[in-house]
Amino acid sequence: MPEATTIRLRDDTPCMEPAVTLEAFAEQTNAVAVRIEPGGDARELLAHLDRLARVDIAFPAFTDGRGYSAARILREAGFAGELRAVGDVLVDQLAYMRRCGFDAFAPDAPIDMADAEAAFARFPEVYQSAADPRTPIWALRHGDGDDR
Amino acid sequence: MYAYDRYDQAMVDARVAEFRDQCERRLAGKLTEDQFKPLRLMNGLYLQLHAYMLRVAIPYGTLNGGQMRMLATIAEKYDRGYGHFTTRQNIQYNWIKLEDAADILADLASVEMHAIQTSGNCIRNISSDHFAGAAADEVADPRPYAELLRQWSSFHPEFSYLPRKFKICVIASEQDRAAMRLHDIGIRIVGRDGELGAQFYVGGGMGRTPMIAPLIRDFVPLDQLVTYSEAALRVYNRYGRRDNKYKARIKILVHELGAEEYTRQVEEEFAHLLEQGVEPPLAELERIKGFFELPSPLRHSREGGNPAEGAVREESGPPDQVRGDGFESWARHNTHAHRNPDYVSAIVSLKPVGGIPGDATADQMRVLADLAEQYSFDELRVMHTQNVVLPHVAKDDLPALWQALSDAGMGTPNADLMGDIIACPGLDYCSLANARSIPIAQRISERFAANGKEAALGELKLKISGCINACGHHHAGHIGILGVDRKGTENYQLLLGGSEAEDTSLAKITGPGFDERGIVDAVETAADVYLREREDGERFLDTYRRIGMAPFKEALYA
Ligand code: SF4
Repeated sequence: MPEATTIRLRDDTPCMEPAVTLEAFAEQTNAVAVRIEPGGDARELLAHLDRLARVDIAFPAFTDGRGYSAARILREAGFAGELRAVGDVLVDQLAYMRRCGFDAFAPDAPIDMADAEAAFARFPEVYQSAADPRTPIWALRHGDGDDR
Repeated sequence: MYAYDRYDQAMVDARVAEFRDQCERRLAGKLTEDQFKPLRLMNGLYLQLHAYMLRVAIPYGTLNGGQMRMLATIAEKYDRGYGHFTTRQNIQYNWIKLEDAADILADLASVEMHAIQTSGNCIRNISSDHFAGAAADEVADPRPYAELLRQWSSFHPEFSYLPRKFKICVIASEQDRAAMRLHDIGIRIVGRDGELGAQFYVGGGMGRTPMIAPLIRDFVPLDQLVTYSEAALRVYNRYGRRDNKYKARIKILVHELGAEEYTRQVEEEFAHLLEQGVEPPLAELERIKGFFELPSPLRHSREGGNPAEGAVREESGPPDQVRGDGFESWARHNTHAHRNPDYVSAIVSLKPVGGIPGDATADQMRVLADLAEQYSFDELRVMHTQNVVLPHVAKDDLPALWQALSDAGMGTPNADLMGDIIACPGLDYCSLANARSIPIAQRISERFAANGKEAALGELKLKISGCINACGHHHAGHIGILGVDRKGTENYQLLLGGSEAEDTSLAKITGPGFDERGIVDAVETAADVYLREREDGERFLDTYRRIGMAPFKEALYA
């Protein structure tokens, strides 16, 4: 399989607009794509979510995990547009990112699609409820789809 | 104790496969060392001075005989025939090859064990009271809550790249035997008006800036534990400092914001998260609790009393056999009151005179496994003091148990005495160390065995760290020793007055440091000041608190 520059887990037409910064968005609220840096507060967008087609969350270094919280906060507030992880995004973080609500990935260094698919499929179940639709193990244990 | 179901097993098996794949990609050059490092750390694999070190999780310090036997097998198969029990109730192997790491994890998974999140900037293995489920003074067994949080924190998608490591501790008694308030989150299960809930202390820790965690919530209902933890973590993940590794722990955030403002933010996030359905149902907690029920013979005492959970009793005195062969001394120092008056918890000392604190050979581990099966309902605990507990021993079995332990070099009667020293690996293994810890512990232990003062000194907690990271808990020692580098030579600072118990306090430095010989003399000098000044019934710590630093300084620097 080819190496991808952008991995997208959505079927809708991608929004190709350039993302504006949080500060620029505050002044120019007709933008449809915003980029959040690690220090930015995702909650500043909550009043305008219906107007946004895409939010890019920047990972200048993969070890900086603030973007995971930003993503969940947006999904918890009902954001249904594209949530894209941008920057130092590596195959070993993809599955966690997806659980936090990311559905698109624009890594600096291309990721092998086969590796990405293996990463998404690695863990058979999950222990927590997060921003993805997966059923946590505790729910499986107590009747929600339990087959024991 | 907890047993995996097919879900738990599948998760651990998947982790082994994932790490095997990551190791292969690393060895094939597809991952750089920088990319691989956080991944191996989250599987407990550190690069040390001489080799890789693997840290295996022992959740809340509880394990059974079969698991202990596997730890022995790993020590022999992949290491040099021994392991090192740590202040985090885990075990470390110091001579591991990267090529073997995935196989070791697979061996561990075969006995429901793992090394998940034993290092790295994520939620670490959760610690607890080593007498949990047996102690006479607890309101409940804290381990089911720790297990609930273990599962919640395992592979947590939002909290795996935190600013820094994150340690949680759960206890359930007024007495604190787990240094609860020196954790990032310390939880105490308490009863209020007949209902159980959790006190949350947040922002404690040792390291270079030791802090005692403030109470931020006096009562979190049991069906909101996960949600509250999630809120506390989210505020930290978003606002904890990432510009300076030394200021990245949550204690700095809580300190800089102030406990009140941090609490306000957590409460706000908590109110929001309550709407998100992140909390497992109480039925899940009940399911987990079922695994921790006391074995049935333990539920009835001979006098017919029912030593049920929550039946807080007075401490019972030591067993009253009189023999004169060392057994009495061991039974007096190395046992702890059990909920059932016919039983005690027995402390197995891994601190023989002149030994390496916390080290056990594969043969010793096998002896412990056998003894656990024979005398303690197949249960063992690892203590943060780097000893092992057999939690449920019938008083009648104590002489036989002591004999077997003594034969294996594990019968030293020194729990909580001078010889029961906590020491980090220090410069003998650790790449961050400034000085050696182990030889200092060995010399002090030998000194006090020779001068016969140990018994007279009574409870005295000595803790040694080889650098400011404080893995040896020197801030919390009645006497603490900190290794520093002074112009290229190893030097040792002496600290007095720390405590990790319910009366938590941080030790203070006495003054200029000492060299390797000088520090051993200094410890003896401090001990002598106590022996001279103490009043009836005072421990070293009590005397220090009453008379202050001055008399000690005078004697040390005269
Ligand atoms: S205290 Fe320092 S020397 Fe000791 S184990 Fe920790 S990092 Fe290493």
